[in-house]
Amino acid sequence: MAIIDDLDRAERLFIKGYPFRRFVPRSSDPASLAVTPLRKPLSACMVALVTTAGLSLPDQPPFNETMRLGDTSFRELPGDISPQLLEMHQRSWAFDHTGVLRDRNLAFPLDRLRELRDGGAIGSIAPRHYSFMGSIAAPRKLINESAPEVARRLTADCVDVVLLTPV
Amino acid sequence: MCNQSVGLIQRAIEYAGITTVSLSLLREITEKIRPPRALFVPFPLGYPLGEPANAPLQLRVMRAAFALLMRNDAPVLENFV
Repeated sequence: MAIIDDLDRAERLFIKGYPFRRFVPRSSDPASLAVTPLRKPLSACMVALVTTAGLSLPDQPPFNETMRLGDTSFRELPGDISPQLLEMHQRSWAFDHTGVLRDRNLAFPLDRLRELRDGGAIGSIAPRHYSFMGSIAAPRKLINESAPEVARRLTADCVDVVLLTPV
Repeated sequence: MCNQSVGLIQRAIEYAGITTVSLSLLREITEKIRPPRALFVPFPLGYPLGEPANAPLQLRVMRAAFALLMRNDAPVLENFV
């Protein structure tokens, strides 16, 4: 289990001093409080994955690991790829990268989604999935631009359910 | 910071009218960001689905996360057991 007190000193101090209260849900911001009930059984739902593992295809520009406040861009990942093709570009060394490098499903469980679909637990797999690089210290652009853009694309694909995974 | 980013992206997707659930590796951060539904998993950072090449465990985590989709009493934050 991961707890903040176990992180290395720089990371721990950064998180302890970080102004999380700027990003807590507020009644003045309906986007921060929205709840969308499931409208049909999961076995009839189209499911998409969104990860912050920094995964990208070999022919996509990698995430920028040098931006001090974080890269808020995203990569679109087709639903028919083999996840093991994906590269990982990560600014954060706060976590052990070896697990995901051995098996991308650890953060981007596309093969598991296929098994759930084949077993009838979910209806279908979305044609497009999304990847961010999660270490974003200044998330304003994420909140105002890239996250709503991904939401718009998922809606355009008629996605019913999204599973999000950090690393 | 990954856990904050996930929560912020999740809120935007839920707001667009899609039902969402996330995994959390740092409960303390997810409690602050309060996304609509999250499953706290007792794994190290970098291991959200549990273990590499352990499909049964990965599937168990996903099924437990998907079970939270029926819940609308946000913010939902349950432990994976």
